Amino acid sequence: MSVLTKHPAAPPAASEVPLRPPRRRRNGAAPKKKQRAGYLFLLPWFVGMAFTVIPFFASLYLAFTDYNLFNEPTWVGLANFQDMLQDERLWQSLKVTFIYTFVSVPISLAAALVVALMLNRGLRGLAVYRSVYYLPSLLGGSVAVVMLWRYIFGNDGIVNGFLGMFGIDGPAWVTDPEFSLSTLIVLNIWTFGSPMVIFLAGLRQVPAMYYEAAAIDGASKWRQFRSITVPLISPIIFFNLIMQLIGSFQTFTQGYVMSGGTGGPADSTLFYNLYLYQKGFTEFEMGYASAMAWVLLMIIAVFTAINFIASKFWVFYDS
Amino acid sequence: MALPNLTEVRRRRVAEPSSEEVEGTPARRFLRHLILALVGVVMLYPLLWLLSSSLKPSQDIFTQLGLWPATWDFGNYAQGWNALNQPFHVYLLNSLLVVVLSIAGNIFSCSLAAYAFARMEFTGRKLFFALMLGTLMLPGHVLLVPQYIIFSQLGWLDTYLPLVVPNFLATNAFFIFLMVQFMKSLPVELDDAAQIDGCGPFRTFLKVIMPLCVPAMATTAIFTFISTWNEFFGPLIYIQNQDLYTVPLALRAFMDSEGQSMWGPMFSMSVVSLAPIIGFFIAGQKYLIGGIATTGLK
Repeated sequence: MSVLTKHPAAPPAASEVPLRPPRRRRNGAAPKKKQRAGYLFLLPWFVGMAFTVIPFFASLYLAFTDYNLFNEPTWVGLANFQDMLQDERLWQSLKVTFIYTFVSVPISLAAALVVALMLNRGLRGLAVYRSVYYLPSLLGGSVAVVMLWRYIFGNDGIVNGFLGMFGIDGPAWVTDPEFSLSTLIVLNIWTFGSPMVIFLAGLRQVPAMYYEAAAIDGASKWRQFRSITVPLISPIIFFNLIMQLIGSFQTFTQGYVMSGGTGGPADSTLFYNLYLYQKGFTEFEMGYASAMAWVLLMIIAVFTAINFIASKFWVFYDS
Repeated sequence: MALPNLTEVRRRRVAEPSSEEVEGTPARRFLRHLILALVGVVMLYPLLWLLSSSLKPSQDIFTQLGLWPATWDFGNYAQGWNALNQPFHVYLLNSLLVVVLSIAGNIFSCSLAAYAFARMEFTGRKLFFALMLGTLMLPGHVLLVPQYIIFSQLGWLDTYLPLVVPNFLATNAFFIFLMVQFMKSLPVELDDAAQIDGCGPFRTFLKVIMPLCVPAMATTAIFTFISTWNEFFGPLIYIQNQDLYTVPLALRAFMDSEGQSMWGPMFSMSVVSLAPIIGFFIAGQKYLIGGIATTGLK
């Protein structure tokens, strides 16, 4: 507008247009130049999205085909899914993954919350404790640590050595199908440090005055925990729950290294993704593997949706 | 009635510091330290046992339970270093190459995307942002088979390209999200000032925003380091050539070939493979813990 007032006689020439102050278009969109800069910044991301979106639909297509990587895929309709229903190893792998998830996730979240509560009360040495508890969560997925676990729980390992001190004759943890999965559940619980750090950050945000007010009203510690702490950090509990569930459904390295890639003994550590790997990359049944991937995606989606629906009843969002 | 109650409360509040400060009687505090320290020892014990086993002669590892080696055997490290096809530093360098390129890729592509999402105006921004958040939850195995096919048709099998290139394409939604959160906390006036001074979006990004984003980039670098260094699945399916093995693949090969007897050398190489993570953790704790706290909370 200022341009116009300076040259009241003539409308601004084309060359003067850039001098005008940046003006919102009528539909609220940013000017073209800004638009282009935005897309330019996103260019790598767009290419990356192509690497995500195309494989996403390609894998959906492959799920309905028979494909061994060397011949053209042939359409087989629902055959892969029908085969899955009959596939005992597939059901076994689902069982392993579910037991692993539904035992280790609640325990590690509970441990994370309890330890975070203990650390939150202005304890001296907080930073040291936090580091000690957090470190394992960075190492739990590494080949070295899973390998270590194999020997810790081995016949002559320290776990049985420790049990032996109490006169308990420990089982053959790694080679007995009844116990092999439990060693990996322990390993997953050992990594409770990362949800713990998130809990700690959340607890920090609960205003101390709430507790003071509750204490004046005579509320017990337990009551304060139930009525102040839990509601206020419930979004964080929810976040941790979702992330832990999604992560744990996709466990691979632990089962692979513990069993040397077989999922044994007797398929007791045959995680779903390990079986998917075997189907796709050792038997080259890529169609079947894609179908498996989509079934797991559906399972994860259903559990996440259930969690989101359930969260309406227990997750409390402030303001 | 009310008055004595209030003074009573006030007196108690002075005696009992609020939850921000140290809480509980000395006895209870001691008990809490005791429990926390015990749990900490139990958690660290496997790692300490690994370290001590790497320094014991192989035949002592499962017969001596104590952490302090009766006989020190540093020879494990020399033996383990040369037990595979290539000396172990080849695998360390392979991993390092993948890690360094992945860090560079993530910082470059994710910060660009994050700046666009956090600061720029363009049609479809909200939609793209939602799409990006959607990929955050998308399990990677769904893309696995087609990506493998694409990479094999590009002739990228047995190279590091499938492990590295996706990082240059902002496929790590987690880091974009982290940087968006961080950039949103910077005052917009900075951008405006730079613009008034004649900076285009690229110069504003490079000279004003990037220098302020160092903490977020450090978090990204450390997380990328740790996850890439540990990464097992990707190298497992893409790398067959033993000379190109990264550290996790080398360790697996070690376990398959020598894991029945050469425990000492195997554990020593395990220590070597974990040491960089522990080192980075100690050096970059602040960024790590700050990083997961901010993404977890928002």
